[in-house]
This record gives sequence, structure tokens and C-alpha cells, in this order.
Amino acid sequence: MSNNALIMTDRFELSGALRAAIEEEMHHYEDPRSASIEALKMVQKEHGWVPDGAIYAVAGVLGIPASDVEGVATFYSQIFRQPVGRHIILVCDSMTCFIGGHESLIDRLGEHLGIGIGQTTSDDRFTLLPVCCLGNCDKAPAVMIDDDTFSSVTPDSLLQLLEQYP
Amino acid sequence: MSLTSLGPINSSARSEEQHPLTWRLREDGAPVWLDEYRAKNGYQAAETALKQAPDDLVNQVKEAGLKGRGGAGFPTGVKWSLMPKDESLDIRYLLCNADEMEPNTWKDRLLMEQLPHLLVEGMLISARALKAYRGYIFLRGEYVDAARHLNRAIVEAREAGLLGKNILGSGFDFELIVHTGAGRYICGEETALISSLEGRRANPRSKPPFPAAVGVWGKPTCVNNVETLCNVPSIIGNGIPWYQGLAREGSEDHGTKLMGFSGKVKNPGVWELPLGIPARELFEDYAGGMRDGYTLKAWQPGGAGTGFLLPEHLDAQMFSGGIGKVGTRMGTGLALAVDDSVSMVSLLRNMEEFFSRESCGWCTPCRDGLPWSVKILRALERGEGNPGDIETLLQLVSGLGPGKTFCAHAPGAVEPLGSAIKYFRDEFEAGVSKESGTEDVATLQMDIGA
Repeated sequence: MSNNALIMTDRFELSGALRAAIEEEMHHYEDPRSASIEALKMVQKEHGWVPDGAIYAVAGVLGIPASDVEGVATFYSQIFRQPVGRHIILVCDSMTCFIGGHESLIDRLGEHLGIGIGQTTSDDRFTLLPVCCLGNCDKAPAVMIDDDTFSSVTPDSLLQLLEQYP
Repeated sequence: MSLTSLGPINSSARSEEQHPLTWRLREDGAPVWLDEYRAKNGYQAAETALKQAPDDLVNQVKEAGLKGRGGAGFPTGVKWSLMPKDESLDIRYLLCNADEMEPNTWKDRLLMEQLPHLLVEGMLISARALKAYRGYIFLRGEYVDAARHLNRAIVEAREAGLLGKNILGSGFDFELIVHTGAGRYICGEETALISSLEGRRANPRSKPPFPAAVGVWGKPTCVNNVETLCNVPSIIGNGIPWYQGLAREGSEDHGTKLMGFSGKVKNPGVWELPLGIPARELFEDYAGGMRDGYTLKAWQPGGAGTGFLLPEHLDAQMFSGGIGKVGTRMGTGLALAVDDSVSMVSLLRNMEEFFSRESCGWCTPCRDGLPWSVKILRALERGEGNPGDIETLLQLVSGLGPGKTFCAHAPGAVEPLGSAIKYFRDEFEAGVSKESGTEDVATLQMDIGA
């Protein structure tokens, strides 16, 4: 969390539809707080990432402290608290994909896109992140791009796959 | 695009009698929706269960000997019977642990993507046994197809009167909700899963109180793995003698188990096999042995948190006691072959990077100890290790072992490390720098570790 994260530096208005969706989600649980992760995911789906203002907005809808929402937002690896590219590349780095050669995938992406793990291309097209075992170990190595899972990926096939994500 | 879980099991020979979990799978790998599921005897066990008393259902699962399939292997019926007897505690929850993230585990994905109704039926029967009015499937966010299929199955079941109020006229009410996560391996630890479901950071909780007494939102709660719950319909539908006849001779555990082999084997995959099958049969007959040009150097029986074994241990039987006899745990039953091209130091470096990153940071030994192991393993991998590094790693293995940390994350992280050093110590020793004039540093590290 940056030093000024507790000062609301950006205005963020939840759209009516987003607010309604979060309120709907709250009804699935005994305690509205349970909807915090889903609410952040909904914000992220619409805006790409979760800006400071959205932390306050979600906290307001759920009726919990903004610090608690920030605690959740910074804990979970698939919630992004800084801007990311239009597409997220998740490379499985678990041991089976390690044996399958996932490090060569990361190296090739580095050469081709000029980014390492945790970085975003200068044209904001891709962000590269690691992910826990994708449960696809009989077809290692596995990569996810946005919502699509790919099996038995090679450095060459990965570069071809990227073409589907402008 | 075909489903990720489509694999050799879809075209393997299966029967209703011997493959209760997977006999309904389609060869094309498409999900089995309600009409087809019912045509294949689906929900008949639920109909039987709804006519029985909850305690009878608990007793059947207990007597059948079903053990948890998520990796820990705790007897399911015993877990169920820990729920409070006090009838006034009438808000109870059944949570399905579908946060499949254990490295080298790809079984629950198959069940949820292709047989969503089997899990819905398993949860319906289990909820009846536990008197739970609501269930949540805690599903990892990356399983987008599983989420879609489970949600559609739940809608189908609700429209058919198999979920909701007064199910099949029994007077029993049950709602089922899919809750998707946002990453972090630790969510699969059952008390961390409860914290996460409550919308908090996924830190594990102290036990006792156990979830059966104080679970989600303080209410009695039972957490079971996907595959565990999928075993329940056939136990209720086919009976205990049938269930106990499934495993191989010599197995103390009952039923079938989704087992697999990955790595550089000829035919990697997951299959439904009788518990007690020799690991060699799984490796040779199902996975086809090693690919040409590769030799088996070591293997792990069931996930990152289990210990490494040698090729000579392949004669061990795949059940908890059988793998226990050779020094580790069966875990998830999905095995990994490590071939001769893999350096154990590099492999362990990769594994400890994972465990270190995924530590929730709640307790000090895990938060500080795991990065320390990574630092040493990286140095050994570069050939820049110091004398005393292996002793420090062994101190971490014992200092982060069972009972020393808040949850089982760190013990799971050091079990493979301890076994790798035990069987492949020379590889670790080779990483100690020959020209190292850094004995002072080594002594210092040992002092810190002591």
C-alpha cells in the first residue's frame, strides 16, 4: 500500500448496475462482508483494476471499514491494486510445470514482450503473473490468458496464442 | 475448445460397479447435464437418503470407512459426527472445499467440469446427514468452466425440485451457492477457507474450537473436499458391503480414488482406481512408464506437501497406510514422476519459492523460515552455498515441522525438502562452493538457526 493510499486521491463512483450487483451478492451470505472479494472482482472486471476510490466505495456498500476492504484487496493475488494490461497472462509455476519447462515460457515472454513476472508491457497490452497449480498437470506446462486455459504450451505456441489477444 | 479436464479417463473402460465416481463420464468429455445424469441413475441415492434419518446417513458413511479425499485423509463419518447434537443449533453449513490448488492435483476439476450433478447430489445427501440448510462450494477463481457448469447444474436441480424448499416432498430444505475465490493457496486450509468465505484475509484459525462447533459466521460447519462428497451418493445408493468390496486386498482404506501420474511419463492422466493398487501398476500400466530417453529418479505420491520416494518404493500400495509404511503420506493420490534430467536442488528451490510465496504470513516460523530456505536453495543451485547450509535446511525441516506452526502449510513445505535431502544429499552437497572462504557466515547462520 502506498503512503497516501488512505487519502482518497481519486473519485470513484460505482455505477448503478455495479452497486446493484454487489447488493445482490450480499444476500448470499449471513454477513455482507462475505461479498467483499466478489465486489472487488466485479469492480476489477469493469475497470481492469481496483483504484483507491473503489476501496472506499465498496466499503460504503458493505458497511465495513475501508481498511478491512484494503486488507482483503492486498491479500488475494488475483485482485490488482495497480493498473494492469488489457490481458493477464498467468503462467503456472508449480513443480509439475517446472519439470515441463515453464521457466522457458517466462524467458521467451521476456524476450518477446520485454517484461518479467509482475510487469506490464509499455503498450498496456499484457501483464505477466505467476499462478498456483492450474490443475492441468497431465498437460503441463499450463498457461491461462484471461479466462482461457491452455495445455502443453511451448515457447513457440505461446507466442502464437498471444495473437488472439489484441 | 474442449474442456481442460478431457483426458485418457474419458476413453477408458469404466463400469457402474467399479467406478462409482466416473462411470457416467462421456467419451467426448462434455458435461453430463440433468437429463443424462438422471438417465444414469442420478439422484436415486438422494431419493433414498431423503427417506432416511440424518443420523442413519452419518452412520452409513462412518461404517463405510470413507476418508477425506482432499489430502489429509481424516475419516469423513467421524468428522460428520462431531457436529453438535444440540438441535437448537439449527443454522448449520456444509462447505465444499473446491479450492483445488495443491501442486500436481487435477482431480476435482474433472469432477466439477464434467459431472457437476454428482457434486450437487453428494452435497444434498451430505447436507441432509448434517442437517445443513445451506451449502457453499468454495471454488478457486481460475476454474471458470467449473463455475459455469456448477451454476447451471444448480439451476437445473432447483427447477427439478432437487434443491430449494421441501426437496422431493421430504420436508428438507437446502440451498447451494457457488462462491469463487481470488487466488492464494492457503484458502484450501479448512479454517482459512472459512475466513475467506467470511470475506476476510485467508488466515487459518486456531483449533479448537473446530469448525463443527464454531465455523463460518460462528455456526456449526462441516468442510469436505469435492471428491469426498462425490463418494457419498454411491455409498448410500449401493450400500456398505459393496463399497467395502471396491478396494484391493491389503488396503485398510475403502473405495476408489482418483489417482494419476504426471511428469515425463508416456501417458499422463487421472484414473479412478481401487485404493490399495500398487503404485507400480499406476505408474506402469496406466501412465505407461517413463518416456523414451528418461529414467525415473524419484516420485511423489500425492501433491507438493508429500515426501519424495525412490523407484524401489513403487511397490507400495496406494492407500494411507501403504504409503505411510514407506515414510510419507498418500496426499491427493496424484503422483509426480521426477526424471533424471531434473536437479533436486532446482526442483526444491521451485517448490519452496511456491510455499514461501503462498505463506499467509500469520505465524513467524512459516513467514520467516520459508524465505530462508529459498535463499539457501538458490545459493546451492548456483553452486555458491556455504558449508553448514544443509544443516541449516535440516534445522528448518524440523523447526517448521508438524506442531511447530499454526497450520499445516509449513509442515507440508518441509516434508518434501527433508525427504529430498535424505535421498539426494549429494546433490545438495554439490551446491556448496568449493572455494568458499565463508565459514564465518556459515557459523553465523547456524547460530541464528539454533
